Amino acid sequence: VCIHRVRSCSSIRFIKSKYVCVFDKSALKFSHQQRLFRTSAVSCGQIVQFKLSDIGEGITEVTVKEWYVKEGDSVSQFDSICEVQSDKASVTITSRYDGIIRKLHYSIDDIAFVGKPLVDIEIDASKGVASEEDVVETPPMSHEEHTHQEIKGHKTLATPAVRRLAMENNIKLSEIVGTGKDNRILKEDILNYLAKQTGAILPPSPKAEIVPPLRKPEAVPAAPKDKARKIPVPVSRPIAFSGKDRTEPVTGFQKAMVKTMSAALKIPHFGYSDEVDLTQLVQLREELKPVAEMRGVKLSFMPFFIKAASLGLLQYPILNASLDENCQNVTYKASHNIGVAMDTEQGLIVPNVKNVQVCSVFDIAVELNRLQSLGSAGQLGTSDLTGGTFTLSNIGTIGGTYAKPVILPPEVAIGALGKIQVLPRFNGKGEVFKAQIMNVSWSADHRIIDGATMARFSNLWKSYLENPASMLLDLK
Amino acid sequence: MALQSLKNCLWLSCVLRTPKACFWSTASGGLIIQSVSNDVYQNLAVEDWIHDHMDLEKQHVLFLWRNSPAVVIGRHQNPWQECNLRLLRQKNIKLARRRSGGGTVYHDLGNINLTFFTTRKKYERMENLKLIVKALKALRPQLDVHVTDRYDILLDRQYKISGTAAKLGRTSAYHHCTLLCNADKFVLSSVLKSPYKGLKSNATPSVPALVKNLFEEDPSLTSEILLDAIAKEYAVQHQIDHHITLINPADETLLPGIGNKTKELQTWEWVYGKTPKFSISTCVNMTYKDSVVDVKVNMDLKHGRIEVCNIDLPEQWLPPGLYSELVKGLTGSKFCPNEATTLVTTLLRVCPQDDELHSRWNLLCENMIRLM
Repeated sequence: VCIHRVRSCSSIRFIKSKYVCVFDKSALKFSHQQRLFRTSAVSCGQIVQFKLSDIGEGITEVTVKEWYVKEGDSVSQFDSICEVQSDKASVTITSRYDGIIRKLHYSIDDIAFVGKPLVDIEIDASKGVASEEDVVETPPMSHEEHTHQEIKGHKTLATPAVRRLAMENNIKLSEIVGTGKDNRILKEDILNYLAKQTGAILPPSPKAEIVPPLRKPEAVPAAPKDKARKIPVPVSRPIAFSGKDRTEPVTGFQKAMVKTMSAALKIPHFGYSDEVDLTQLVQLREELKPVAEMRGVKLSFMPFFIKAASLGLLQYPILNASLDENCQNVTYKASHNIGVAMDTEQGLIVPNVKNVQVCSVFDIAVELNRLQSLGSAGQLGTSDLTGGTFTLSNIGTIGGTYAKPVILPPEVAIGALGKIQVLPRFNGKGEVFKAQIMNVSWSADHRIIDGATMARFSNLWKSYLENPASMLLDLK
Repeated sequence: MALQSLKNCLWLSCVLRTPKACFWSTASGGLIIQSVSNDVYQNLAVEDWIHDHMDLEKQHVLFLWRNSPAVVIGRHQNPWQECNLRLLRQKNIKLARRRSGGGTVYHDLGNINLTFFTTRKKYERMENLKLIVKALKALRPQLDVHVTDRYDILLDRQYKISGTAAKLGRTSAYHHCTLLCNADKFVLSSVLKSPYKGLKSNATPSVPALVKNLFEEDPSLTSEILLDAIAKEYAVQHQIDHHITLINPADETLLPGIGNKTKELQTWEWVYGKTPKFSISTCVNMTYKDSVVDVKVNMDLKHGRIEVCNIDLPEQWLPPGLYSELVKGLTGSKFCPNEATTLVTTLLRVCPQDDELHSRWNLLCENMIRLM
């Protein structure tokens, strides 16, 4: 009796679903019935024992290696349930039914038997049950949908949720190319189709569309009806539909960042910024690049910035110091181990170049190359990442001009370098010329460093870079 | 050239099951394709793509591929147990986890890979291996090669020249195997020896075997000759043209969605994160100043991450606060030297600046990282 009621209710729902607002109003009349219908549907769901089907080659038992579902999860037909292994063959077992997993009969590493129950699934009675054979077949739906498919002449694979989404958006399933298993239409396919239709959500990018070679017109996996459409380029999904929060634990790199930054917060920061005219340095680097290349080394601007910083630290050693926990003692570090912030796939790391005070610009370039290749391979060692005394962050390679860098304890100062821009400036004669301008933003620990010291250090650093020849006078 | 492109076009229209007339209705029975790429991830992605998207009812597929140096572990294996990860990183040898079962293999250009795609119902490994043996014997009748009941191919009754693995899905299946033509046996043996001690796991273990290259048996045999011979035999058995279609695994037009498959195979979560639960129980001996410090380490690892971390140090060797920071930091982190190094070096920033302390910390951490 309750199953009969469920069926009649479901057909009403589907026929009316096109007219959403009408349905909503009429829902008020049906609401009581609806609610009853729902609760009765839950208690009427039958539990089906899904047995492990034949693997082939006369195999009778397999080892369960991984579960993709747990008790209480809802599954759709063709969703993967588990992975089993038998004698070098890994088999993905997929669900035959739509429903809710009620029991897993085996744990990981248990032996499962062919023909015996693998999982118990509670089937939602209104949705119907797939046939026994593993054939491409659509689960029984309302009349309207069934005829719709037959008219098109072929069967489309899609779960009830996907069908509803298509129906609500007036999309014909036959127009969509499925990217799921066996060309099954997934939710993403509907969303991508919608994104292309609206156009307003995505920026027009005629250049990005790849024109397929003329010799393969039939091979284009786009909707066959629309001849004007070219190969779609994967673009970002429309934000309207995603909206599911995701919580992850903070581990690894992020945990480390949390620790460092929380400690850094205790340091009273002050900032000081300036602009540096790198016109002469740019020219110098152009001249020296091929020389370095002949020696097998890539020469960027960083070695110059680092060496100039070290020369500056010789005059203002307090910037290369460390304050102890109780703020009782200041330790002036003898080595200038200048850290270079690096952006990797996993996050921010700061390896340092040791003893810059006794290195030439070329030595620094060599060391930077080494650190950079280790950094991108994820193979930096502990010694490369510890012992830093002063840090430079070249955020300008990514973009930006001004920054407010955070000091990395136990250091007391840090500099962030913006990007080099070509800007008009006035020279001594009052003429406008093209200058290569870079902004630097320093942060320092105000407990032991005052503004004047920072300013003087910055001026000295700036003068070395604006007039590279002056570095020669003070090079050690 | 035109014939090949026409065939590509027709193959694809059948493959995608678009509602257009299928020119292959006179069921040709088979298709032989070869990858132009030597990237193990790209080639594994092609296998995934064919498994997920191709209709194998009308025709079976033979996929031929070779990889630049890589170690490939089976779906349910433990990379720490199977190979020398430190050596892999040093030598820049890639590590990949395939979707089929079985054991660990070393690939380089001297090893050829053959994948036989069929419907689930037509899955039959023995037939495929017999085909390979037939091809080899046709090429060099004096070769003593035969198939064992463990689905290996042995040369001279004792040397393994081929290993097998398979993947079965809902409607399709594939069986792939290797064939040792002229691989670097020295690198192979050094890379497939795990230095990690104290590992306890239920992951599928590999069965080590004595191997030999076909090249050693007959120096006139090259990978190309062998690939061609096998393709020829496949063509004969499936009554098709002996024609190998080249495919580019980076071609998103030909194989839509392949980029994502390739990317997924390279993620840490797939390669390392899919390792079944395991534990490490070992003792590390550290030489500090003039004494030896014994450290007992016990860790439980799940999804490649440290779930439980126990490090037994002599009392007060490290200040307790710092010690608990280390344990807290490692718990939940990936069992990965890069991540661990970043974590421990960062933790060092927020502890007292004491040289003695720092050197103890560095020593302990370096030893912990060596376990990864």
